[in-house]
Amino acid sequence: MLEYAWIIPAIPVLSFVVILFFGKKMPKGGSEIGIFAVGTSFMLACITAVQWFQRVENASGKSGGAALSAFGKGLFARAGEGGVIVQPVVSTVRWFQMGGVTVSIGTRIDGLAVMMLFVVTLISLLVHIYSTAYLHDDVRFTYYYAALSLFTASMLTLVVASNTLQLLVGWELVGLCSFMLIGHWWEEQANTNAALKAFLTTRTGDVGLMIGVIITFFAANQSFDIGKVNASALAGLNGHTIWLVGASCLLIGIIGKSGQFPLHTWLPDAMAGPTPVSALIHAATMVVAGVYLGARVYGVFWQGFSIHSGGLNAMAIVGGITILIGAALAFVQDDIKKVLAYSTISQLGYMVMALGVGSWVGAVFHLFTHAFFKALLFLGAGSVAHSGSHHSFDMKKDMGGLRKYMPVTFITFMIGSIALAGIFPLAGFWSKDEILATAGQNGFELFTVVGLIGALMTAAYMTRCVYLTFFGEYRGHHHPKESPKAITIPLIVLAGFSVIAGFANASLFDIEKFKQYIEPTVAFPKNIFGVDFDIGLAALSVGIALTAIGIAAAFWIERKELKGLKGLTERSSVLKAGHTFLVNKYYLDYLYTDVIVGGIKGPIARASYWVNMNIIDGVINGVGKGATVIGRVVYRDIDQLVVDGAVNGIARETDQAGGLLRPLQSGRVQRYALMLFAAVGLIALALAIFG
Amino acid sequence: MNWFDDWALTLAIFLPALGLGIVLMLPKAEEQLAKVVALGTSLVTLAVGIGILAEFDYGKAGRLQFNVDEPWIKVINAHYHLGLDGISLPMLILSMFITVLCIIYSWNHFPEPHNVKGFLALILLLEVGMNGTFLAEDLILFFIFFEIVLLPMFFMIGVWGGPNREYASIKFFLFTLFGSALMLLGFLALFFLQGSFQIPTLAALGDGNLAETTRLLIFGGLFLGFAIKVPMFPFHTWLPDAHTEAPTVGSVLLAAILLKLGTYGFIRIAIPILPHAARIWAPWIGLLAVIGIIYGAFCCLAQTDMKRLIAFSSVSHMGFVMLGIATLTSFGINAAIFGMVAHGLITGMLFFIGGSVQHTFGTREMGRLGGLLKQAPKMGWILGFCAMASLGLPGLAGFWGEFPAVLSAYQPSHGLSTDAFRTFMVIAAVGTVLAAGYLLWMYQRVAFGEPKPEFANAHIHDVTTVEWIAWTPILLMIVALGVYPDIIFSLTNDGATHIANLVKAVGG
Repeated sequence: MLEYAWIIPAIPVLSFVVILFFGKKMPKGGSEIGIFAVGTSFMLACITAVQWFQRVENASGKSGGAALSAFGKGLFARAGEGGVIVQPVVSTVRWFQMGGVTVSIGTRIDGLAVMMLFVVTLISLLVHIYSTAYLHDDVRFTYYYAALSLFTASMLTLVVASNTLQLLVGWELVGLCSFMLIGHWWEEQANTNAALKAFLTTRTGDVGLMIGVIITFFAANQSFDIGKVNASALAGLNGHTIWLVGASCLLIGIIGKSGQFPLHTWLPDAMAGPTPVSALIHAATMVVAGVYLGARVYGVFWQGFSIHSGGLNAMAIVGGITILIGAALAFVQDDIKKVLAYSTISQLGYMVMALGVGSWVGAVFHLFTHAFFKALLFLGAGSVAHSGSHHSFDMKKDMGGLRKYMPVTFITFMIGSIALAGIFPLAGFWSKDEILATAGQNGFELFTVVGLIGALMTAAYMTRCVYLTFFGEYRGHHHPKESPKAITIPLIVLAGFSVIAGFANASLFDIEKFKQYIEPTVAFPKNIFGVDFDIGLAALSVGIALTAIGIAAAFWIERKELKGLKGLTERSSVLKAGHTFLVNKYYLDYLYTDVIVGGIKGPIARASYWVNMNIIDGVINGVGKGATVIGRVVYRDIDQLVVDGAVNGIARETDQAGGLLRPLQSGRVQRYALMLFAAVGLIALALAIFG
Repeated sequence: MNWFDDWALTLAIFLPALGLGIVLMLPKAEEQLAKVVALGTSLVTLAVGIGILAEFDYGKAGRLQFNVDEPWIKVINAHYHLGLDGISLPMLILSMFITVLCIIYSWNHFPEPHNVKGFLALILLLEVGMNGTFLAEDLILFFIFFEIVLLPMFFMIGVWGGPNREYASIKFFLFTLFGSALMLLGFLALFFLQGSFQIPTLAALGDGNLAETTRLLIFGGLFLGFAIKVPMFPFHTWLPDAHTEAPTVGSVLLAAILLKLGTYGFIRIAIPILPHAARIWAPWIGLLAVIGIIYGAFCCLAQTDMKRLIAFSSVSHMGFVMLGIATLTSFGINAAIFGMVAHGLITGMLFFIGGSVQHTFGTREMGRLGGLLKQAPKMGWILGFCAMASLGLPGLAGFWGEFPAVLSAYQPSHGLSTDAFRTFMVIAAVGTVLAAGYLLWMYQRVAFGEPKPEFANAHIHDVTTVEWIAWTPILLMIVALGVYPDIIFSLTNDGATHIANLVKAVGG
């Protein structure tokens, strides 16, 4: 399978076409085709992963054994020895040739790719199943499944891409699918606005990506190949500066796609799409495309931002800021999906920061674990809306006390929340700790502190969210009940992964599967930071999270001694200002929508058009009118009176030849034409003199 | 197939003329027969094109093939010289292909004042001019075909056009005529100084023997002629008027083929014949190109008329083509030719839809439209598809005109200012965001939402059979070229590299 990995994205491409043309005629509206296709892709992705593990095992000199036993054995064996080189499996075909460069299309399969293939196909499969119930009566059920298939295909294309150009293609196509699915209910203007905002904001980031791809193409001596780009970057080919510029441009692309500050504002609005889409696209897979890009061409960032030197760099700073601003906004949301959206922004911040502080394994590991628990939380929120709050996502108005009515949803949601909060031994604990420890041990202590503050905030806002949704008294006006199996089974599966996924790289127990199988050994920084498990730090972060949960719970459960804090935002003007600032999302939306977009669509566009109609066109019309006037004068006063009969004759001839035109244009064209040719004649004369 | 080799290009040009003659001889009442004759002619012409595709030697795509070279006007040493290489081939096929589809689309879409016979005759005359321009290897011949195109388009706008047709048609005619006059002047200067009208001869000669001022002035003349046709900022103002007033088919042909005559002129004539001058002019052309990209996009954002918006988007898109050309590199010229084909297909298709929207709703005012996806879902889908193609979504044709053009600007031909072109690169890349903006806003206003009350109960036709026949080939081509760009690049690469090398050879 390693050589034939192209089949994995090809299957959903096929199912997209089939659903589009035949889906409506199928008994289940095309959903069965989608589920079957993604299911097959998932199985192939698993086989590919196992084969990759074997390849690593073989390279390490161990006897491979049967595929599954290798995997099982690998799960608890010690981390691999250093210095073993495992080449990625690259298979390509010629795509096109131009300007002396041959560009290939194909697959680059290594640990990172197989990990992503697994995550994307698994979550996509679960979302496919979940959606059969969630969108059961939807007006565009078939269309929805077609779009899901196209999304899966595009995302997988991006993941297996062997070169940056192909990656760019997949990147834009997932953007398209995101647009289609956010605007799924396009009858409502709010939804289409959100879809446009998402597309345009990410495309703004894509300017950076596009230029970054171009710069790295030239910096790597005209190659898009990911291996070559990485190797060239690490060798510092063509100087350090070009890689700094390239890395900065690519970072802009990451900022746009992965919801980093200051281009994160589209992500909460993207929640206008169906909830399973939010889980799949706007939490678990597409938005991590930016992080994936960062991990894919890590050599460029390592070189460009001089990460090895341990100083401040743009990537870490952007990630760090995003952690804090995302988490802060999650506090003031009443919409459960928006809480999760801001939480996603904040968690993506961890991943980007991890890349910035040289914790490659941490970033990729967090991507892995986050995908499970965040998809779980979104699907849980969807389950609540589906069966508990009658399609409302307002926690304050329509939820509360749901734990009694929806036990499965409640328990799985709790597991997801604890995993997200980073409580031992759930998934989030291990990955977050990996990042913080690496930062702390390699000179990025500041970012460890940022990460710890983020952990505190995460635990607190999730407590608020869980409390408002599941505890207290039911505030809605419907009859909440547990969701059907198609919804709860995906929740249970994801809850399972949220518990165990962290053990893939539980460095406390000397399990370092990510280091061993996922981290590249070719075209990768040789001096990448190692990390030791830091029990003190781990204890500290768990302690912080637990404290936050305690305080938050106490606050919202209204313990007497904390009652004084209630309504504090109303009483203290400073806090009130802060609250308003947060509710207005730092006024960034105002800046973008009203000032920038409004400015371009309004005054700037109108001004350009005014210039067009009055100045540029005015000149043209003026020339035309002037020529007519001059023509009249010339004709009447000079031509008829002064110039001899020969010229008159020619003019008449021309006039007659153009007789065809006259009924239409009253002969004006000929006169214009004549005038123009006369003018040209004069210029010709000038040319003859000066030439 | 020696016979075919000798006659293929002549047939490609004059078969439509033959059909034109037959159509003109038919009685006016025989509308059906006129349609059949016109369609038949264009199909036979396309068959010749397919024959050319089959006979073309792809291993020598950089060389002129199917050559015909006969003395024509002895006194000025003008030749009837036709030839075809990998650069002209896609343009020729595009022209033949779009003509057929336009005639099919016209089948039951004849604009007022009807007159089927006259309208079809003009389409065929246009094809003569378009095919001839892409095949001419002699400047006089080129000029004649270049000018032939003007006439039918002038009448098409002036007779079959919208309310403001008189102003638009005269403006179109005079503006382009003005440019052509200066272009002709350039041709004459070349003839007097270099002694030939033959494009290959002139290209082999280069402009090294000309005085600096002379060659710059000659290039200036050619530039004006071509730039007005493209149209480049600030010579573009005829375009929105012409497009707004032109009948649907006129707009399609104008956008798909006529604009390309200008860019083709740069690639085929101006740059290879005057490489020294091209190097001096290049940064300024690049500057105007990127101004056009941004400026065209801003003007799009101010539009309320769908067709006018698409017209301004042409100004923006042709800016990418011109940016590619201005870099004078193989990347850039390849991108430009791809961009020409892609823009022809995509914008042509957008104008088709614009026409059908007007036909169905009686208006193109976006403020009055809405909910197209609800009332005519298939048309809504096609519009969405074309909008995505037009904004340069990878996987569809538009991307391969845009991205390599931006890429080429990073490293322009040796000796050109890298700083200037890299600035252009960034500006052009920003243009892609604006393109997404105006296209998606258009789509939101036209296709999303609920239908407006005035049309809520109207009986709205979705895509008709005739429209499907006319559109499906274009839609398939947009996907095919987007997925496998080598279809075009493999044809153009040799020729483009050759031109880039000509320029590089004279570079300092």
